[in-house]
Amino acid sequence: MKKYSRSDENVAMKLHYDVLRDDFSRAGEASSKIKNMLRQLAIDANILRRIAIATYEAEINLVIHSYGGSIDVYIKSDCIEIYVEDSGPGIENVELAMTKGFSTATNIAREMGFGAGMGLPNMEKVSDEFIIESERDKGTNIKMVVNY
Amino acid sequence: MHLRAIKESVKATVLAYEKGIDLDIHTAFGSDLMSDVLAYVEEDTLLITGLTNHQVIRTAEMLDLKAILFVRGKMPCQEVIELAEEKKILLMMTKESLFTVAGILYGEGLRGISI
Ligand SMILES: Nc1ncnc2c1ncn2[C@@H]1O[C@H](COP(=O)(O)OP(=O)(O)O)[C@@H](O)[C@H]1O
Ligand SMILES: [Mg+2]
Repeated sequence: MKKYSRSDENVAMKLHYDVLRDDFSRAGEASSKIKNMLRQLAIDANILRRIAIATYEAEINLVIHSYGGSIDVYIKSDCIEIYVEDSGPGIENVELAMTKGFSTATNIAREMGFGAGMGLPNMEKVSDEFIIESERDKGTNIKMVVNY
Repeated sequence: MHLRAIKESVKATVLAYEKGIDLDIHTAFGSDLMSDVLAYVEEDTLLITGLTNHQVIRTAEMLDLKAILFVRGKMPCQEVIELAEEKKILLMMTKESLFTVAGILYGEGLRGISI
């Protein structure tokens, strides 16, 4: 399996967004900004939709599950790379977390329409490449690549 | 189906972006689970839901959806209405339940998305 690492080669543009924990009403703002930025670069609508889904599910997870983290988007000539990193609490069993329907979400997250355990599977589905690494008490790193 | 006809069929009121009402829409998806909406909705679809928070508008924005119908008489707060206005998303609200709304609109020719 491929290891999580950022690849700085041939990056045309980088975007960076910090995402706070429990910031429920602003959750989605980073994804919205990313989408608008990529739209201005005239990226194909279908690619745009896949990136929007990936970043939005990732952003929601940062808000509802993590202590806070960041989303970095690398725009390259042949793909978009999305890096999602947080500083904890980490995921005990990544394979279980990736299972459709598995969720430890609180009622607050459920009232927002999340917590159905479909976020990570959705992110994997829309990505051409998906890498997740997590360590308890350290944090979670996710890399998603969408090719044009 | 024309959004204006949808509004009349389910006796809905418009809450935001009334300008968006002159649009034809062929499919609808009803759910309170935003992850399911993100997973299944691809084409331009009417979102029918009983949730009225920011995340519903954000979900529609991510998928470029043009219209949302709130059921069971749920009113979103002013902030949510403003967000929809900013994103040019038509918001409507009806007192009917999701099941009733789906039945009425199916009877009028609106269809579900293919899963
Ligand atoms: N960034 C994260 N930090 C800690 N745990 C996470 C993170 N992302 C996901 N998880 C865990 O994985 C589970 C599944 O995530 P997901 O598929 O997005 O479903 P949901 O968010 O609806 O619970 C979560 O319920 C949570 O236990
Ligand atoms: Mg999630």
